[in-house]
Parts: sequence; structure tokens; C-alpha cells
Amino acid sequence: MSLLIVKPGLLTTVQDLGRYGYQQQGIIVSGAMDTFALRAANILTGNAPDAAALEITLRGPMIRFEADVLIAICGGDLSPTINGKDVPLWRPILVRAGEILEFGECRSGARAYLAVAGGIDVPMVMHSRSTYLRAGIGGFEGRALRAGDTLPIGEASNVAVFYMEERQAELQAVSFLASSWFIGYTSHPAYRSDPVIRFVRGREFTKFTPDSREELVNRRFRVTPQSDRMGYRLEGSALRLEEPVEMLSEAVTFGTVQVPPDGNPILLMADRQTVGGYPKIAQVASVDLPILAQIKPGERIRFTEISMEEAQQLYISSELLLARVAASVQLYMKTGGPR
Amino acid sequence: MHSIIKSIQNEDSVNHIHIVSLGDRALLVDWGGGIERNTHEQIRAFCLQLERADISGIIELIPSYTTVTVVYDPMELRDPATGACCYHRDGQLTSSPFELLKGIIEGMHNSLDPKVETITANIVDIPVCYGGEFGPDLQEVAEHTGLSSQEVIKLHCGQSYLVYMVGFAPGFPYLGGMSERLSVPRRSSPRTAITPGSVGIGGSQTGVYPLATPGGWQLIGRTPRKLFRPHHAEPSLLKMGDIVRFYPIEPEQFAEWKEDEQ
Repeated sequence: MSLLIVKPGLLTTVQDLGRYGYQQQGIIVSGAMDTFALRAANILTGNAPDAAALEITLRGPMIRFEADVLIAICGGDLSPTINGKDVPLWRPILVRAGEILEFGECRSGARAYLAVAGGIDVPMVMHSRSTYLRAGIGGFEGRALRAGDTLPIGEASNVAVFYMEERQAELQAVSFLASSWFIGYTSHPAYRSDPVIRFVRGREFTKFTPDSREELVNRRFRVTPQSDRMGYRLEGSALRLEEPVEMLSEAVTFGTVQVPPDGNPILLMADRQTVGGYPKIAQVASVDLPILAQIKPGERIRFTEISMEEAQQLYISSELLLARVAASVQLYMKTGGPR
Repeated sequence: MHSIIKSIQNEDSVNHIHIVSLGDRALLVDWGGGIERNTHEQIRAFCLQLERADISGIIELIPSYTTVTVVYDPMELRDPATGACCYHRDGQLTSSPFELLKGIIEGMHNSLDPKVETITANIVDIPVCYGGEFGPDLQEVAEHTGLSSQEVIKLHCGQSYLVYMVGFAPGFPYLGGMSERLSVPRRSSPRTAITPGSVGIGGSQTGVYPLATPGGWQLIGRTPRKLFRPHHAEPSLLKMGDIVRFYPIEPEQFAEWKEDEQ
């Protein structure tokens, strides 16, 4: 089983949950920008949550399926269609062999995740299938997908095979079959444009002027076009330190907000460097990272402060919610849906 | 590659650590102060000890000059005394994951074997073809420092360097120990893409670029050795605590260099 990339789209890469364990060797984590959507798409196709899928950015690809296949698309709505018909998000979709999946305008969000039952079966490099573009490793030949690429698909799980077999006959009459049940928005992160992003104080928070600390929460910041998987460059208010601080390089994380000397904050994302030497004013709460991943350049965000306890409570609650969603999806795939 | 074994006498030199959060899934253990060998050795010993302790929920450690960042999953942390996790079945926090891990690490640091922690350091010899097309800025460095090109090479090869940390790019070593006489300012306009293997000087630091990245350092030579080997079990040739020695080679040796897998 394989996927054929007919057109690659703007930036389509293979990603999983990232390459951990090698940051002390200078190797970045990479992985999906929106880890919620990636995991949801995997769960809906009977995969392990950390299987590799396609991260599709703003303008989607055109993909041909070489055999009957179970897929799911989660995250941003980039208007996916098969044979001219809209393909709904957040649910299992059975696609007949030979059909072509296309994408259109970006209706909401910025990144869609396409999971396929069995996962994208590219070789593991340093325990991950994520694409590390700058080093040219991982993913499909270490690069963004191009027209003509054929991606191997792994072996579908038992639950996925069962789900497909049950609907085999029905599928032969149509291009694709979408389930009527789906992961509803009440189980999603609060995706929206103009979001309020929750943060906890960064290590150097108190070294910024009182004005700058207020500006951080009072102003709206624009995500500039110089934003990518590595980081979002923000514009809104130049944040100033009380006095210059002598900084030695130290580790940064997904969601670190660092402030270089020009005062315009940089929000570090999935492809961030392992270490940085700029003062850190804030750390975005993990639960709000998927919301950021779906923000387009040019859009605006606001910040609001929460405590470490709140951030960790939110994280644990959201992980448990996703675990419950996964259990329900498994059950629905076995029984055909909610009763 | 050779090894030296070193014993650190921690008895009267263990510094206090200070633990702060770095977002909701990492914390930072800080020794404070500047770039110092003593701090570096304590950080190495600390990382070894923490890795050995194999604490549930810790994902990875990222050491730097004066800090170790501990990446963890609050879901997986367990109270070492009771084995309990940090939340009720309904998801309500029963204890702060950050405070729990902070306590575990502080306790471990206080019980750091007060006598001796043994660590080994690899000595890695790195051949460098200096000057010419391999090191386009060698002449400029010589002029700025008032040395001859030969003297620059001799000084650069005459020291052994300590790898304080690896970062910025895969396999990029932050080296300490360069002769102050070789200090030169960075280039006024950085190069957009530096040939992998280039050896440079920036301020009072020297290093080797493993990948074609932009960079502002003055390039004095290039090594045929690969610092980043993605399919190797240890992708980075150099690790924190390694000792690096440079030695000069001729362009012919550079061309004929074969990487021996060691």
C-alpha cells in the first residue's frame, strides 16, 4: 500500500510527535506543530497516537491512493475534496482505491494532518520519523514532499482492518465513506483566530520593565510573515529589559517566548533550536500550543498569564480528555458508532 | 579516540542549585555563575546521576554552561515514596508536578556522593586543513592578532579544548580553552552558508560548523571529519565533557581523508 503525491502543495512533510532524547547533541525535536490534531488523526485511523502522518501547510497537496484505505484529516480546514465532494474533518474516512484527495482554500487554521491507517512507514532516524528539514534527515528523504513521491504505508491495526472490512461492500459504490460520528469541537483545543494564549512566566520575566510586562498582556501581537515551523516572529510592542542581562545559551522549549535586543518577541515552535541566548519573558501553556500551530502569518494573538499549577492542571485534564476520546473512538470503530 | 578518567572531588566544591520552571513540561536546574570548569564538572556528574536514577516521567536532559534543563511529562511523574501520580482519577491535581520533581532533584543533589563521582572524558583529535580555500579568513585573523598565519595555526593546535555543551546545530560544540591571543571580532556581515566542517573563531570562542548554516565567525580552516552522523548510534561526534585537539593537515590529506568508524 502506498500514497502517490501528484502535487506537493506549499509545504507537506512527514511528522510524528518528534525526536526526543538527542537535544543534548544539538538535534532539534521537530515533529507536528499541532500535536493534538496529529494524535486525533492517528486515533481515528486505529494508529498509535505517535504514528507518522502528513503535516499539510496552508495550500494542500493532491494525493492518489493506490488501494482502499482508511484515512482521517484533522486540524485546519484546507477544504479537502475527493471527486468534487467535500471530505469532512475529525472522523474516519474510507477511500476507494484510485481516488484522488485534493485541497482547496484555507477556510480555517493553517495546518491539516492527514493520517493513514498503518502510518507513513518511512525509516526511523534517531527514533523518530519526523522530517528535520535543515539537516535533511528523517521523514521522506529528509525533505518536503514533491510531485511523484510514493510514500509507503505500514500495516493497519486490527481495529482499522475490522472497520474497513465491515464497510468493504458499501465502499465499492462510492468514492469515499465518511462516518457520521466525529470528534466534536468540545473535545478540541479552543481553535479560533485572534486567540488569547495562556502563558506562565519565563525565567527572565521580572527583568523586563513593568511597562513591557503590561504590554505583553495588553497588546495584540501580529504573527509576521517571517514565521515558520521554527518560530513565530511577533510584532506589537517592543519589550524592554530594565537593564541588559548577561545571558549564556541554555535550553529553550516549544512555546518559549524569547526577546532579542530589538524587543520584538519570538515564539519558538516545533523546529526551534535546542538552545538560545535571549531573555525569556514567557512560556506558552502546552494546551495552547495547538491553537498557535493553527495561526496564519498576518493574524493576531493576545497573551494572558496563568500560574504553573493552572498550566499543569490544564495539561493533565487535556491529556485525560484525549485518552477518553481515544477510548470512545476505539469502541465506535468496533461497534459502528454511538448507540 | 583516547579516554581519560577523572575523579571529581566534590567534598568542598558542590555549589547550591536553584530550580526554576521552564514552562509546564520542563524545569531548569541552575548552578549560577559564569563559564567555569568546576561548574561544568558538577553538571556532568549531576547528569550521570540523574540518568542512572531513571526517574519515571523524565524525557531528556539538556545541559548547558551553567544549567541542566530537565524535560518531563507531568502525566508520568510518580511520588518516589508512595508511587502515586500527581492527579486524581477525575483529573484534579493532587500535587504540583513541578514541585514534586523539584523536590526529587533537590533531594538527589543533596545526597550526591560526597566523596567521588567518576567520569571519563574522550579525547578527540580533529584534523584541520588551515588557510587557502579551506580557511578564507586565516590571513585576516593573522593581521588582526598581529601574528603570522603559521603562528595562528600553531596556537590554535597548541591547546586542548573542553566541550562545554553541544547545541545551536546538530553536533556543534561550544569549546572552551582558546588562547586569548586568537580573539577576533565576528565578521561584520555573516556568511549565508558556511561549508560544513569549517573551523572558525568568533570573539574568544572557536568551533566547527557541522552543517551548512549561516554564521559570522572568521573561518581559519576546515576538517574532513564529520561532526554530525545522523545514522550513527551517537549522531554527534563530540559530547559534553570531551576534550578536543586540533592538528594541521595538508590539502592532499584532506582530499584523501577516510572516515574510520570508531
